[in-house]
Amino acid sequence: MCALCGVLGGKGHWSDSASAPAAFAGRTKPQTRIRERQERVRLLNTVLKYHGVVAKDWSGNAYLLTSRTGRTAIVDTVAEIWPAAERLSGRICDPLDDGYLGGLASGREASTAAK
Amino acid sequence: MTSYGELTPVNIITGFLGSGKTTLLQRLLRSPQLSDAAVLVNEFGEVGLDHHLLQGVTESALLLENGCLCCAVRGDLQKALRDLLSRRTRGDVPHFRRVVIETSGLADPAPIAYTMLSEAVLRHHFRLSGIVTTVDAVNGRSQLAAFPEAVKQVSMADRLIVTKADLSGPDALAELRARLRALNLSAPIMESAGISGDVHHVLTDDIYDVEGKFREARHWVAEEVGESAAHDHTPGVRSFAVTFDRPLDWTAFGVWASMLLHRYGSDVLRLKGLLNVAGVPTPVLINGVQHIVHPPGHLEKWPDADRRSRLVFIVRDLQRARIERSLAVFNDLVNRPSAVAGQGEPPALALAGYGGSRQER
Repeated sequence: MCALCGVLGGKGHWSDSASAPAAFAGRTKPQTRIRERQERVRLLNTVLKYHGVVAKDWSGNAYLLTSRTGRTAIVDTVAEIWPAAERLSGRICDPLDDGYLGGLASGREASTAAK
Repeated sequence: MTSYGELTPVNIITGFLGSGKTTLLQRLLRSPQLSDAAVLVNEFGEVGLDHHLLQGVTESALLLENGCLCCAVRGDLQKALRDLLSRRTRGDVPHFRRVVIETSGLADPAPIAYTMLSEAVLRHHFRLSGIVTTVDAVNGRSQLAAFPEAVKQVSMADRLIVTKADLSGPDALAELRARLRALNLSAPIMESAGISGDVHHVLTDDIYDVEGKFREARHWVAEEVGESAAHDHTPGVRSFAVTFDRPLDWTAFGVWASMLLHRYGSDVLRLKGLLNVAGVPTPVLINGVQHIVHPPGHLEKWPDADRRSRLVFIVRDLQRARIERSLAVFNDLVNRPSAVAGQGEPPALALAGYGGSRQER
């Protein structure tokens, strides 16, 4: 628990390399948990920009999602981001959607499907 | 904190009605290496099990709010495992080091796996080891054609044990094997009569077992990638392998896989992979059952000279090419300047022109 804000330790997720220290022990570059989260948040903002949702790290324990209209959601793990982003944006998160993938690949605007 | 590999492994033995689950279990339990296993059975069948730690459970599933059947908690199993754990702690039962669950013939293994990996208490004490599915050599093909339960049991397996092979002709057996291979690319197919020597490996080998993980990982990469490409447009359950020449970024993989499983978890029956992760010299093993993914495992060295990432998917109505392209696009995002600058103003949403749908995926 954080002594200052009273936040309990967040839920672990398999995609955190801390969930399997042995698997990532031989990393050639030093990698801290905070740095990994920063990289994940940067990536999340790239894939969620088509939904009009911005992700921020919240106290190193959770993710804060904000929609364009100011609606927010706090979620514990990356797995919980997608249903929350769909609720906030009204658009589905579908990594196999051609239009969405085309936008991600080109960096240009892309369509996302309504829920 | 106990690492995932140190938790008590739980095996699931499943298979359609009359496919020889209990007979196989009886045989496995005679192995001295499995003498300290606790056994939970869904129904006491005609074949008697004589084991010192045997308990019956009745099937009941508590459907969670999201309504996904694979994410149902099996309340009976939750109670039985918690009870077993508490009795072990108190010393009321001999100290067991493994739990084997024999399901009923029509059971779906997914809620059992979900219960194990997500339940608040159980996930700190138990981990899912291999799922073993028995298939009747005589009736297996017709059962697979008629019953989706049988297809799911085969698709989710880590081992496929063909029983009563002596009662079936060689051609029928070859056809059954081909059907099993099309449904499940990574599970070794064994004939029950042919299992000899260290039979306990059928249960004990998994990617977290220090001795067995290398053997297990070899099965994942044994099949050629093109194996199921010809079935790419066939509806229904099928399996295929996807390879990537370039190392995968772990963060991108995690974001991609979690998004894929959010949207298609009920259609991704199994996901197994030996990954070459950028900056990690040894292979990282990934193992998922529908919406749930185990913490990654690893090998101390590569099983062969091939350094490509190899992922095996067992899916319902999803196409290999789309999955391959999607992962490649996500993996490329990390090296793009826009990914670093990603906090900028998002582009206007295009409200029309949706490029895909559930039917056209």
